[in-house]
Amino acid sequence: MNRLNRDRNRQINPDPASTGQERFVRRLRRHRITVQAVRILILILFLLLWEICADRGIIDSFIFCSPSRIFLCLRDMVADRSIFLHTGVTLYETIASFLLVTAIGILAAVLLWCSRSLSEILEPYLVVLNSLPKSALAPLLIVWLGAAPATIIVAGMSVAIFGSIMNLYTCFTTVDKEKIKLIRTLHGNRRHALFKVVLPSSVPAVISNMKVNIGLCLVGVVIGEFLAARNGLGYLIIYASQVFKMDWLILSICLLCIMAMALYAVIGVVEKMYRKRF
Amino acid sequence: MTPILELRNIDYSYHTLDGETKALSNISFTLTKGEFVSVVGPSGCGKSTLLSLIDGLMQPESGEMLLKGQPLTENSDQIGYMLQHDHLFEWRSIWRNVLLGAEISRRLTPETKRHAKAMLEQYGLKQFARSKPSELSGGMRQRAALIRTLLMEPELLLLDEPFSALDYQTRLTVSDDIGQIIRRSGKTALLVTHDLSEAVSLADRVIILTRRPARIARIIPVTFDLADDTPLARRNAPEFKTYFNEIWKELNRDEQTEPGPKPADKS
Repeated sequence: MNRLNRDRNRQINPDPASTGQERFVRRLRRHRITVQAVRILILILFLLLWEICADRGIIDSFIFCSPSRIFLCLRDMVADRSIFLHTGVTLYETIASFLLVTAIGILAAVLLWCSRSLSEILEPYLVVLNSLPKSALAPLLIVWLGAAPATIIVAGMSVAIFGSIMNLYTCFTTVDKEKIKLIRTLHGNRRHALFKVVLPSSVPAVISNMKVNIGLCLVGVVIGEFLAARNGLGYLIIYASQVFKMDWLILSICLLCIMAMALYAVIGVVEKMYRKRF
Repeated sequence: MTPILELRNIDYSYHTLDGETKALSNISFTLTKGEFVSVVGPSGCGKSTLLSLIDGLMQPESGEMLLKGQPLTENSDQIGYMLQHDHLFEWRSIWRNVLLGAEISRRLTPETKRHAKAMLEQYGLKQFARSKPSELSGGMRQRAALIRTLLMEPELLLLDEPFSALDYQTRLTVSDDIGQIIRRSGKTALLVTHDLSEAVSLADRVIILTRRPARIARIIPVTFDLADDTPLARRNAPEFKTYFNEIWKELNRDEQTEPGPKPADKS
């Protein structure tokens, strides 16, 4: 998607002299407009079909709900402000766990990089913890930490942290050895190697790691909310499924979709800013 | 006069679980101030290892190294090391790349910056100070790397095949260019190369190493009777071929008298 946008910007000012170029650009542009239009059309058709089927009784609207009902539900929840509470709580927990994962991930990877023995000793533990299904940890965390937002933040972190440390550490160790040798020939020590070479050259890897982490943190937070929360979208989903309030349930899922997209987009913006600077 | 650098009976071996590989054996030579010396030898014979030892990145197993008569134990700031690739950092501008060494040794004074600016201007890189390394040609990048090394004001320059990553045409001009820069600045230089014509065109003496474990086969003094003694002029002089053949024969003699499997890995 990013590449598409960049290509599009590049082709806005083609060489006006060449008609072949113009034709090429026009064809490319038409292709992109078609793709975009079909995407939107599919969504509209799907919603229409859903609405009509529910309206005519072809599907059971009690179980499958309908777009109009979801929309009404959204209006009610905006009116009584409960939507802001639930979305806000989930968003806060996700961002908190994401920031903690990013900070702790980088710090831990730096520590492992600093001591080769430490990384060798800890490697099997990290591998096991990383391959463990993290949802299994959530009940344990609730018993230990109680049903509080902190528990849910930790649950969110638990999903992403171990993979994050391992990825970043691998990235740090694959930095060109000759570049580190250069620092040594310039009379630098290991600290210089870290701050002048390893960290700056790992920024792209850190950003792509952040992209993975934001999604995983959201997964962890929703799992946590399923089990131990009194608000948040995960709580709303579980509660709605128990009382068969299908409009709440589907609306919550839609909101989670939008939230995931928005968070991902924010990191995309950070990445673009970095690319523009360097 | 005390030589700038003196090596006495240097030995070095690499150790792995599979065993020991002897890289250097009984290496002794001296460098006097302002001298340009080339080291040639079969690939993988330990030429680069020799430079790493002198720069203090590794310690010899036995033998003595003296810098201006003082024992050389660790990475001395009187030694500048130029690696095979320029390793300019893409996340820094040329200006900040050039200042990297000064930044590391906390010598980022206005004086140093003035010096750096003067050198960039002198070597035709002034208008590229704000550019990214990727915007420069291979030759310009190598010059920027040289400024980075020279800014530390080393007495002795170690050059580890600094032109081998360049294409042939650039290589001739850059080695001519950099050779003259080093000569004019009066620095002492030790150049490791596998290119015999490069060695002859730049050096006052050529040290020929044998295959691993490397010993000194011969040291050939190189003198040209030229009014304008530049590397490019040397390549056209009649003596050039004589020196080239002499070194070539010496390297091949080594090959015939000591047959054995050619080491594939590069040291």
